[in-house]
Amino acid sequence: MSSSTAKRRFWQGFRDGLPFVVIVAPFAAVFGVLATEAGLSVVETMGFSVLVIAGASQIAALQLMVDNAPTIIILATALAVNLRMAMYSASLVPHLGAAPFWTRAVIAYLTVDQSYVMAVSRYDADPSMSTSEKIRYFFGVIAPVATTWYVFTLVGALLGQQIPDGWALDFAVPIAFLAITAPMLKTVAHLAAALTSIVLALMLAWLPPGVGLLIAGLVAMIIGAEVERRMERAP
Amino acid sequence: MSLSSFQIWTIILLLGAGTFLIRFSFLGLIGDRRIPPYFLRLLRYTPVAVIPGLVAPLVVWPAATNGEPDPIRLVAAAATVTVGMWTKNIFWAIVAGAGALYGLPTLIGG
Repeated sequence: MSSSTAKRRFWQGFRDGLPFVVIVAPFAAVFGVLATEAGLSVVETMGFSVLVIAGASQIAALQLMVDNAPTIIILATALAVNLRMAMYSASLVPHLGAAPFWTRAVIAYLTVDQSYVMAVSRYDADPSMSTSEKIRYFFGVIAPVATTWYVFTLVGALLGQQIPDGWALDFAVPIAFLAITAPMLKTVAHLAAALTSIVLALMLAWLPPGVGLLIAGLVAMIIGAEVERRMERAP
Repeated sequence: MSLSSFQIWTIILLLGAGTFLIRFSFLGLIGDRRIPPYFLRLLRYTPVAVIPGLVAPLVVWPAATNGEPDPIRLVAAAATVTVGMWTKNIFWAIVAGAGALYGLPTLIGG
């Protein structure tokens, strides 16, 4: 493969990743604003976005920190939100498993919803791609997404210190989360899991912060999987 | 927030490390091995199982109204979900939710 093909793959990925900027920028800014409003410093806020780089779990952790949940509960809940990435990791193996160790480590760090979805659908559509083309393409997709994530977290963090109270910003968390989740409710099983989670979380709200949510999440996962199994079996 | 800087960094570092290990799990450590189908099924439901439960109390008992249910926030939440499910687009869902949240008080003169 010539190096110009590899270069072309990077820019192809870059173009495919670019539209995500519209979604990632406001979401990153919301996290930045919320984190500084909650009392985190700008450096701590950036620490989250650079070291974790997983928005939903960052906001989940932040909310539980504000609720004064114990550290172990904060970590368990935020990591549960990220468990789906084990599935991403598994389905990238046939495509990128042959890459050098450190390349795979960097790819793992940069595996987010957008890069995963875009990359796998391109790999499936274009089976002639070599491993190194696939690597270039992956880095192309994630380049605009990750850059936007870092930069707009910083913008949000700096703005957050200047936004006046009374802007109903408390409600940015639910709206951001509902907006991420609603498009995922594609099947009866997904709906069943979501409803279970809502009902149990409200019923168990009297438990220490975060504990009810963890139970609700576990049960909801099992319900979702079980509904899916039964739907498959049905004629 | 009552956490010290040390506690905050502990959370950031452990969450970062844990999230990396999840992402690196198969690609770096386990390799090309079959995941048990039941486990794969559970993984598929992690976001929709955790996030709605996290949001529900914030919608029903908002801290800004001292935990009193607030019609405008309920409508804003419903608008976000409806538009999100309908358009399958995060951006339009946020526009709908924020629009309801800031538009309704103006419309009804609140």
